[in-house]
Amino acid sequence: MATTKKPTAKKPAAKPAAKPAPKKAPAPTTWDTVQIARHPDRPLLIDYLAAWDPQANELHGDRLVADDPAMFAGLVTIGGERVVLVGHRKGRTTEEKIAYRFGMANPDGYRKAMRIMRLAEKFRLPIVTLVDTSGAFPGLDAEARGQAEAIAKNLADMSVLKAPIVVVVTGEGGSGGALGIAVGDRILMLEHAIYSVISPEGCASILWRDGKFAPQAAEALKLTSGWLKKLGIIDEIVPEPKGGAHKDPAKAIETVKQAILKAIRELKKVPVEKLVEQRYAKFAAMGRFAK
Amino acid sequence: MAWFTKAQEAPLRVPTEALWNVCKKCGAYTPKDEYAANLKVCPACGAHGRLSARERIALLADKGSFKEIAAEVIAHDPLAFHDAKDAYAQKVAATREKTGIGESIVVGTAKLDGIPVVLGAMDFRFMGGSLGSGTGERILQAAETARRLKRPLILCTASGGARMQEGIVSLMQMAKTCAAIQRLRDEGLLYVSVMTDPTTGGVSASYAMVGDLNIAEPKTLIGFAGRRVIETTIKQKLPPEFQTSEYLLEHGFLDKIVARKDLKAFLAKTIRFLTAAK
Repeated sequence: MATTKKPTAKKPAAKPAAKPAPKKAPAPTTWDTVQIARHPDRPLLIDYLAAWDPQANELHGDRLVADDPAMFAGLVTIGGERVVLVGHRKGRTTEEKIAYRFGMANPDGYRKAMRIMRLAEKFRLPIVTLVDTSGAFPGLDAEARGQAEAIAKNLADMSVLKAPIVVVVTGEGGSGGALGIAVGDRILMLEHAIYSVISPEGCASILWRDGKFAPQAAEALKLTSGWLKKLGIIDEIVPEPKGGAHKDPAKAIETVKQAILKAIRELKKVPVEKLVEQRYAKFAAMGRFAK
Repeated sequence: MAWFTKAQEAPLRVPTEALWNVCKKCGAYTPKDEYAANLKVCPACGAHGRLSARERIALLADKGSFKEIAAEVIAHDPLAFHDAKDAYAQKVAATREKTGIGESIVVGTAKLDGIPVVLGAMDFRFMGGSLGSGTGERILQAAETARRLKRPLILCTASGGARMQEGIVSLMQMAKTCAAIQRLRDEGLLYVSVMTDPTTGGVSASYAMVGDLNIAEPKTLIGFAGRRVIETTIKQKLPPEFQTSEYLLEHGFLDKIVARKDLKAFLAKTIRFLTAAK
């Protein structure tokens, strides 16, 4: 009701797969996309790893205070390609969810991610980051140990890191907690993933003064892959099986793998100094508008 | 009773607020001119009131030395955002009108006690000092100017965080500003972050925290997540000193807390020491 003036914020992206649809289903709304991005059966980091490299070599700890299980970091082989992989880890069972703090990392997680990414720089390996978090953990310890500083440092350090960086927003790209591992040379985003400065619920509770206006806020925030591509924030939309990645996880996981491998192959051709220059130019251009 | 007290109160209220500053922290009354002369610091409790961007620049820049850059960069509305009541474009236009500045930060070249610097000051009155695309671009231009002129960069923050109405574009300003500042620092130039009340959310998690020196004014609110969000998440009450500059100093995230009256002298002394500027 609030956004009657702009009925256009649906799904601007061309859907490559579903063109000759025989039956006309109602066009999915942004809120539908939010539900798919958060679907309990949607592939998680643990599923991608299990499929790509069951022997993935996880590495632990920030060498300062802790090892944050909400952030995965390790050495992973994807389709014969050796990469350093970091990503938010959500759980599927209740025990896992609690252990991984629902995928909300502490500062220790961001610092661990950076420490392991430095190995990629040293040993000339590409970096792949999988982004899937509702946000950085809002906790007493997280603040005491410098959540803000940990994220800020990653933004600064990743901007000059001498390694190709492929970022994949697989599920929820929640605010600074997502961005803390999402500065890179190629930003991929799954078709039904979301990426936003604030959750629709949070935005609604502030600007609509009631969280139940989340669907309206989601529309207004333009947090879908189609909009983000238009806005120049992401480079590529990775198509999902019809209805969402949870309908055919194996196929979705394979499509993501191929998209990553293609991006790595392209980035490896560029000298690393030039990559860093291009990375700066890419982020510098974001939010620069012609008058 | 009510009619009696109301009749008494009405004529008194107007001159009270016009002539006195009432401290938000301790409630002490200070005559307005005395408060201004004390740099908007409460003489009773030492609480540092908020300065506008222009007031902050006047505090730090030598008289007449500030030359604004990137003034033509103003807030944009990349999402054509509209909430329950307002269109963002109208809100931001009204804010520009009211504050007389084009974005939530004013940046420029200046002299600080004779030292050539690039200086930026955020203004909380401009949409809560939020980080819009125009803010990010102004900071990037300030950092690039500092790099070109080989000058120290000083940014004074006052912000509630990212600007929701610019959505993902606002979020990306965190990466953009940090990238610009990292390039400056990689060339051996000095970046000083001066955090003033408040410095929270996306601004605390970007350019505010990556200073070669992280400085804050006393009793400043600095933190990433909101107090209420944390209390709801962990289901416990937070200590009163939580997320103050004193708390951050104790936990190792600030180099120093500097009172407003000492800020300019502190910056001049430290910049001279580090860069051997004359």
